[in-house]
Amino acid sequence: MNALRPLILTAGLLVLWQLLVIFTGAPPYILPGPLPVAKALVTHLAVLGPHLATTLTEIVLGLLIGTLLGSSTALAMIVSPLLKRWMLPILVISQAIPVFALAPVLVLWFGYGMASKIAMAVLIIFFPVTASFYAGMQRTDPNLLELARIMGARPLAVLRAIVIPQALPTFAAGVRVATAVAPIGAVVGEWVGSSAGLGFYMLHTNARMQIDLMFAALTLLAGVSLLLYFLIDRLLDRLIFWQPNQGIVS
Amino acid sequence: MPEPGSPAPDIIFDRICLDFGGKPLFQEVSLRLPGGRTTCILGPSGCGKSTLLKLIAGSASLPFTGQIHFEPRPEEGRAVAWMAQHDLLLPWLTLVENVLLGARLRHELSEPLRHKALHLIHEAGLTGYEHALPSALSGGMRQRAALLRTLMEERPVLLMDEPFSALDALTRVRLQNLAARMTTGATVVLVTHDPLEALRLGDRIVVLAGSPAQVAEIIEPGGATPRQADDPALAAHYAPLLALLMQEESA
Repeated sequence: MNALRPLILTAGLLVLWQLLVIFTGAPPYILPGPLPVAKALVTHLAVLGPHLATTLTEIVLGLLIGTLLGSSTALAMIVSPLLKRWMLPILVISQAIPVFALAPVLVLWFGYGMASKIAMAVLIIFFPVTASFYAGMQRTDPNLLELARIMGARPLAVLRAIVIPQALPTFAAGVRVATAVAPIGAVVGEWVGSSAGLGFYMLHTNARMQIDLMFAALTLLAGVSLLLYFLIDRLLDRLIFWQPNQGIVS
Repeated sequence: MPEPGSPAPDIIFDRICLDFGGKPLFQEVSLRLPGGRTTCILGPSGCGKSTLLKLIAGSASLPFTGQIHFEPRPEEGRAVAWMAQHDLLLPWLTLVENVLLGARLRHELSEPLRHKALHLIHEAGLTGYEHALPSALSGGMRQRAALLRTLMEERPVLLMDEPFSALDALTRVRLQNLAARMTTGATVVLVTHDPLEALRLGDRIVVLAGSPAQVAEIIEPGGATPRQADDPALAAHYAPLLALLMQEESA
């Protein structure tokens, strides 16, 4: 049943989509049905493929860099109280600015290529990753720290053997959020200024009234984002086996 | 059983005063816990039993006056090991890795230590579970692992804070027997709220009572520990001890 559930859900959503088309009587240039979209997807796969590759690269690189930056920042804040006092306000400010408003600036600075989209994704996921890892490390059981102190532990060994591993489940929750929002960063970046990627292709086809193609790109984006989320969710479950199941999916 | 680096010292409290939340918890408490023996500290909840252990462990966060010292003075920084009410096993480490936690945290892991850990695990009847994760162990097994982790430290002073209170009656008796056997020769300070546990394990039982806490009574039941259920010393002391505790609790 567990294996069948995604299939049944997908089929249900497709049926709902088709019913919506039938009952609203929406013309194909407003809401094309699932069949024309599937057809457009298959016939234009050669065009869509490279755009998908671009967007996927932006998402994955954004995730990697953002996670790396976020976790190093959290670690630095735990190790150095001085750094923490300076970093906390910056972190809060980074969240107070609507990140989307920065998209044009990023394109201005990093150009129309992939760099500005990756930067956008990094900016979006930096906060959830940093905040979750930092909070996880801060919540170390004081009894464990007392035990380590009495054992005569070295500070770095405590960090490596106790503080970091016990923060990993919370950190993983942050990475899951990051995985879910990273595609938003990439696509918004593409909308503001680009010459490739699924976001770019959606704008392009929309302007040419090729709505079935626009929906094909959207479907592809949703499918790939979901797949990425599933993969990362499973991977985190495997690697951090001591976490209570936190994933939305698992 | 443990082979401490230094001889098991007496622990001496000399006129200890400690305020807690604006209220005096201890006022001029003086006490000598004999070396190489097991002292059980018994008293109503909130009377400062655990705080006494923290004082011995040298918790820097407790602002007290007076003096606590060991006689003879053990090697610097190598005096005490601590076992808490909760097993505090790390869920991402296997049993043997948990038993070796102290060595890992001090960067002292070695093959001889590993052998010793495996030997202790065997002694404690956990053979076959060396590489099991804590989540695969029962409550009693986990607490046994925590006991082994404490013993691995080879410290002359063992501080145990209600270590068996979360276990069912049978498991508790088994663990008490194991602990009594394996901690012979060390200065053990065991905090408990269970008079029966104190009577089974204690060479000496210190009853704390009142606010600020004072030593209400010191009992030395005599004979070897762990005392069995039919030990006359147990029967002789249980009722008066219980009465004393009930009187203190209602006071």
